[in-house]
Formats: sequence, structure tokens, C-alpha cells
Amino acid sequence: MQAEVRTQMLRMWRVGLLSGLALAAAPAHAFIAYVSNEKGNTVSVIDTESWTVTKTIKVGQRPRGIESTRDGKFVMVAVGDDDTIQVIDAKTQAVVDTLPSGPDPELFTQDAAGKVLYVANENDNTVTVIDLEKRARLGDIQVGVEPEGMTISPDGKTLINTSETTNMAHFIDTTSRQIVANVLVDARPRFAEFKHDASELWVSSEIGGTVSIIDPVKHEVIGKVTFEIPGLRREAIQPVGIGMTKDDKTAFVALGPANRIAVIDTATRKVTKYLLVGQRVWHMAFTPDEKYLLTTNGVSNDISVIDVAAQKVIKTIQVGELPWGITIAP
Amino acid sequence: MIRWLAGLIGLSLVATQACAADPVTIGIGYLGVAGTRSTLSLVEQPAENDGVAGAKIAIEDNNTTGKFLNQRFTLEERRIKESEDPVQAATALAEHNSFIITDLPADALVKVADALRDRGTLLFNAGAIDERLREADCRANVIHTAPTRSMLADALGQYLVWKQWKRWLLVVGSHDEDKLFADALRRTATRFGAKIVQERTFEDKGGARRTDSGVTLIQRQMPVFTQQAPAYDVLVAADESEVFGAYLPYRTWDPRPVAGSAGLVPRSWDAAQDQWGAIQMQNRFIKLNSRRMTALDMQVWTAVRMIGEATSRTNSGDVKKVTDFIKGPDFSIAAFKGTRLTVRDWNLQLRQPILLVDGRMVVSVSPQEGFLHQVSELDTLGYDRPESKCKLK
Repeated sequence: MQAEVRTQMLRMWRVGLLSGLALAAAPAHAFIAYVSNEKGNTVSVIDTESWTVTKTIKVGQRPRGIESTRDGKFVMVAVGDDDTIQVIDAKTQAVVDTLPSGPDPELFTQDAAGKVLYVANENDNTVTVIDLEKRARLGDIQVGVEPEGMTISPDGKTLINTSETTNMAHFIDTTSRQIVANVLVDARPRFAEFKHDASELWVSSEIGGTVSIIDPVKHEVIGKVTFEIPGLRREAIQPVGIGMTKDDKTAFVALGPANRIAVIDTATRKVTKYLLVGQRVWHMAFTPDEKYLLTTNGVSNDISVIDVAAQKVIKTIQVGELPWGITIAP
Repeated sequence: MIRWLAGLIGLSLVATQACAADPVTIGIGYLGVAGTRSTLSLVEQPAENDGVAGAKIAIEDNNTTGKFLNQRFTLEERRIKESEDPVQAATALAEHNSFIITDLPADALVKVADALRDRGTLLFNAGAIDERLREADCRANVIHTAPTRSMLADALGQYLVWKQWKRWLLVVGSHDEDKLFADALRRTATRFGAKIVQERTFEDKGGARRTDSGVTLIQRQMPVFTQQAPAYDVLVAADESEVFGAYLPYRTWDPRPVAGSAGLVPRSWDAAQDQWGAIQMQNRFIKLNSRRMTALDMQVWTAVRMIGEATSRTNSGDVKKVTDFIKGPDFSIAAFKGTRLTVRDWNLQLRQPILLVDGRMVVSVSPQEGFLHQVSELDTLGYDRPESKCKLK
């Protein structure tokens, strides 16, 4: 292993000398993706160089929300029917601990430092705050009915939670843990994502069939992305997961039973392309180098790999039953 | 927030009574019939609060949302006995409530709707599945969250046809509502290419549903009743009156599945439904009511949530505004059925997927794949716009 690294570095150094562009010439990095399989009660581990499943980890009941810790040492997965979040050691790829979430955790987000975790608990209309180091519960925040989508503003000051039956995005001050604003969006808001420059918050509405674009300062909906696919009835278009490129120019939205990912030009807020993926696509994750976007296709039990620059689906990987969430270690 | 509240004061009666800081109160009435009907299966015996329990949880849901919008929802329940006048009860409820959810027989509902027409009260029919309330007797002030018999029959028929069980033995009870359900099933068979190979009537000769050693007798009766039938794939029972349907499964002369009023049953909701986020709804319901959620509970929940959805979208408790919004093209409601539910503008019936359940599991959900429609696949269930006789007034 060490010898391999040394050879690689030596080669990089040589190439660097030759071209003067050491970084650009570095070989593509292999990353590890973790996929939660809601029905299979497993997490599939995927190597992004060979594009194969290298391991299947047994976890608790109904794994859904899944995220890497900021340092990449652990992967956290919400196992809703066991009312907890399990912690997987990235090195040993085994479950090593649990976190004291509230009942039926589904999605969660962490602050920039990776110290505080915020969990949406669907069953009791609360967001639970957890200290990640001490693995202890710090408190709860009352929100709307069936909290789901969770994200945090780039400056870490505002936590966003969406509630599926209340149909709102709740803006929560992370210091006072108080709701400071509520913005009504279309029916069943599932997912929230900030632009990296914090200028806009995007919220997908699964049943409403739209993505609302919210001004996070004025707390107002300033635009809406709509979808239309020839030959598909409106009810089949159910936006869920959102991915935003680092330059904030392109957004990808998973359209559920429409079996497509919409590619959106964020300047015009219009769909430029629909990419056909697997069945009932819900969530997605970029590789850290942003070359690839991986999507979870629940009903076809697979993952689609999208070449981000080419905006093309290049591969499909079979995983466990009903893949739901995905995270890629940094 | 102050800006819209100020706007409201000018627009709504409710708001004029309140100062800006007080929440807008939205009164919802519930009008049902006292007592519960008796079912063959003890397990399916409805609870005393069947239906209104759905209203209670929807009021809680609405109020959780309402606290962010300065809206407050209240519930007033009224149950009438057979001897009581439904119009009088409804009029009394309408004094304090702009919206009334009803679980009334068809005749009573038509009377109530006509009596309250000039008042502007909006009614939600959550209980009656009669076709005529959406057809010849449709009313502009009644929205239907209960599915119709034809929607239920079509939902079942689509599945049976998909399963290639196209030869039906139809057994019909002797009561009026059994005959109405049989009418709907015959229509379904014609629409989707199934064949009713024979019809039999099961006469209700009276008798108790609860007896000691009744099972021995039933086991002798049912095979005899179903013998010498022409070749068939599935027995379809029309027994809304709960006289014989539940006795049929496992007791037919020929080994055939049973569907309709027993066996595989079409319903708007079931305690076993756990898809599309429904598990949250089921858990919330059990926590509040200490029992499982029925189809009627769900039909009532949906009605109350439709009001909540419209008041939050319009930022108003004004009945006229809310009514217009619900009847308008932008209205939809999420109700844990995997798709948005919308209102048919020609007769104010809520479009909805129908579950096919066996008492323990959700076997399938209709519309089935392949039953296509130019507007909404949900309109493959029940009477469609071109067939409708409804003229809203």
C-alpha cells in the first residue's frame, strides 16, 4: 500500500515537473459511496473507481437518511423503525455506535464544524439537536407536522426544516434554536438545499410537483421551477432530492416516479435536460471532485451514475432493496 | 404578517371581530348519525367515534400549521338520532361554523345542502358513497371526500381484469344499497371487459349476527349456496348491509377467491396502509385515539385538511374565498396516497387512488398500470366528465 502511494506520488511529481500542472494531472481519485437500502435494512458500499459494490453492511430497521461525518471517519444512518441513528466506522465498515435521536428519524444535517447534528423526527413534529462528540441530546425544536427536509445555511446561522403536512420551510436560528420565519411552499416539501453562495434556498415539493426558490433574507418565495415531460402525466412528476454544483450554475432535481433527473440552469430557473435514470429516483450525491453524480433509484433497486460535465448517465449499479439515501465520504 | 392580517380585517367577518393579534378562528362542524351499524366481523365493528376521530386529528394538524399563520381551528360535533331533523341540526351547527363535515344518508344530505345554500356554508360529504349525490342530485355547496360506488367497483374491477380473473359470479344482497353496489359492479364489468357468468341473490331473512355455534351453520349453508355455478374465476359479493359477504371466503363450493364486500375489498383507506409516508399518519392517529384508522376516519381527515390547506394558501378564514380556492384549478391535497388529490370540477368529487385490502394487507392500489386517461388516470375510476349528469347549482 505504502509503496503504491510512493510510486504514485513519484509519478505525480514527475508528471508535475513535465507539465507544471501537478494537480490537474493527478489520476482520478477513488471515492466510497454509501447507499441506504430502505427495505433491505442494509447499506451498500460502492467504490467509485471500479463502480462495484464492495460490501453490504447490515444495519437497523428502515435505513433512510445517510451522511458522512465531516472528517470522513464515520457514516451516520437514520434507522427510523429502530428510533435511532446508527454510526458506521468507515474503516471497519461496521456499525459501532448509535445516536440518541427522537422517534422515527428520517433526514438530518450537521453544522459546518461537524459538531452538532440536527435530526427531523417525523413522528412527533420535532427537530432533535445532538452533540456529535458527546453523542448526547441537546434539545428539541417544535416544528410543523411531519418534519422531513433538513439543511443548514453556509454560514451555519440558519437551520432549515421542511414539514410535509404543514407545507412549510421553517427557518430556525441555530443559536437561539427558535423559529424565525416560516415560508409556505407547495404540497409535501421533501428536501431543502442552499446555493453555496447562500443567495437562494431551493425546496422541492413532492406532491405539489415544483421546486420553490426562496430568498433566505426576505423569507419569500422568489421563483418556482416547474417540470413538464411529454407523455408523462403531471401526477407522476414528484420532485424530491436536489443537487447543486459548487459554482451554483447547475441544479439537478430527482423526479421520483417520473424516473428522471431534471438538469436546471439556475440563472433562468428552467429545465435544460431530463436524464432518464432508474425507477422512482429520490436522492443523490456528487463525488467530491464533482465529476459524477450518483442517484438512488428505489423501485429498480439500483444507482445511476451521471457524468456531470457531459450530463449523461454512464452507468447503473445494482444495490440492495429500495435504495433511499446516498452519501460519499470526503 | 401584519400586512396580510390588516388585509384580512377588511375581507373577512371572522377577522373583523378580532384585533390584529388574535388568531383567525375557523369553525368546523361535524354532523353524523348516532349509533353504529353492526358488522359480521367483530374485528370490523366501527368505534363510537368512527369518522369524528379523523376530524380531531386533522384539527390538531391544522392547528400546528395554524400557529405559524395565526389561524385557529375548532371542532363542534353533533350526532342526530333517526327521529331528529338533520336540517335543524345542520342549521344550528352553521351558526358558528362556516364548514360542516357530514356523515349522513343521501336524502338527509340533499335536504341539508338545500337548506344551507343561501347561508354560504360549505359542506363536505365524508360518508355517503351514493352515485346520485354526484350525478342528478349534485349540489354546488357539497364537496365529496368519500369515494363513490362506481369508483370502488372500478378500482376492484381493474385489478381483477389485470389478474385475468374475468369471469365473475356475482352474488347480490337483497337490500337497496346492495343492489346499488351490484349496479356499479355490472357497469365495471362492461367497461373493463369482464363477464358476469351468473348472478345470485342472497335474501336477508333476518337473524342475528352474533350467535353461539353459528359457524357450524354457516359452514353448511355457504357451500350449498354457491354450488352448481357455471365456470368462474372469482366470486364478487355485493353486500353493503353486512348480511352474508364475510361468510363466503373459504366456504365457496368451488375453490375460488372472493372479492367485493368481502375478501379483496376496495376502500379509500385501511389500517394496513403504510406507503407514501402513511405510517406517520397511522402512528399519529393511534397515539391520539388508541385505535386504528378506518376509511371513514380518513375521509373526514381529508375534508378537514382540505379546509386547512385552503385557509393557509389563501391566508384567509373567509368561507367564500376558501370555497373558491378548493373549487379552483390550483387546489390539491396530499393524503398519503402517493399522488396529489384534486377535485373534479364537474361534480366536486375528490379524485383518489383506491386501496384493495384483505383485512391484513394492502394487496394493490388502483388505478392499475395500463388504464390510461387523457386528463388524469384517477379519472379511470368512476363516472367521467362526458358521462356525468351533474349540473352544479
